[in-house]
Amino acid sequence: MLNLLKRLWTIMKSPSSAAMGFILLIGFLGGVIFWGGFNTGMEATNTEAFCSGCHAPIVKEIKETIHYANRSGVRAICSDCHVPHNWTDKIIRKVQASKELVAFAMGTIDTEEKFRARRGYLANREWHRMKKNNSQECRNCHEFDFMDFSEQGTRSKKQHSTALASGEKTCVDCHKGIAHRLPNMEGIEGW
Amino acid sequence: MKKCLTGMMALGLFVLSTSVWSAGEVMQTDNGGVTSLRGYQQISEVNESEAMKRVPRDHSTVDRNYVQQPPVIPHTTRGYQVNLNANKCLSCHSFKNAGAMGATKISVTHFETREGTTLSDVSPRRYFCLQCHVTQADAKPLVGNTFRPVDSLQ
Repeated sequence: MLNLLKRLWTIMKSPSSAAMGFILLIGFLGGVIFWGGFNTGMEATNTEAFCSGCHAPIVKEIKETIHYANRSGVRAICSDCHVPHNWTDKIIRKVQASKELVAFAMGTIDTEEKFRARRGYLANREWHRMKKNNSQECRNCHEFDFMDFSEQGTRSKKQHSTALASGEKTCVDCHKGIAHRLPNMEGIEGW
Repeated sequence: MKKCLTGMMALGLFVLSTSVWSAGEVMQTDNGGVTSLRGYQQISEVNESEAMKRVPRDHSTVDRNYVQQPPVIPHTTRGYQVNLNANKCLSCHSFKNAGAMGATKISVTHFETREGTTLSDVSPRRYFCLQCHVTQADAKPLVGNTFRPVDSLQ
């Protein structure tokens, strides 16, 4: 074992006899493969199939909502709302999510009963996250600048042109439980 | 002897089953010549369902037709959760929120239990709004009628 390490170290330390261009080419190809592999791997953790591996009860209930089925067939899947889209924030969220692997190993929500008991905590965490980033994941599709108030109902027009326009409120302040069953809403503002 | 007995029992069973089956068939197919709102449709046939009615997204309140009628809902309620954890209707129509939301308040009768005791919040028997209040779909009456609301409600 030690000998093997020593040999490896010697290989790493001594200059290669291969041509400079060849080494650069190898490096470039290696980069493409590893970077591509990394991104593909990360995308795989953004699929519905991956999410439902642990959060199966949630996937069942989204099917009734407008973000799953609607007249025009545009859909939002879990990661569209729960994983930031720009790269840096996405990586930060993915690293945070490694904590969730511990929860998976401990079986924190591996039955429907456990999940239901923990739902309030999970929902609150997500509401706070969205409140903090100004509901960025909503805004990836629902852009305020392109909202046509004349197409909105009187009440939505009123709220969107005042509270939302001034930045006093953000989407998730009012639009809770749009894709999920709600936890106990006692004491939550507006309920 | 044994063979003969088994044969007779099999025959008996066969006769019995066919007679039950044919009797059932008669009952299932014949609707007795009745033409209903579904048209002349045999019971065993599946008739074509009507297109779903559209519910207008938001329109002005609809007048009541008779005293004590639960007012109909003049907007869609798709995705509204009314359950143990949350009541989406009350997030606008409760006494607490109606003012800010510009919505119709629920009536205080909703605070009463069936024994007539007034509670400090919505009584459990009145909690499930959609049991009495329904959304008004954009639908024409199925049959003509001459019903008119009482004078006081016109």
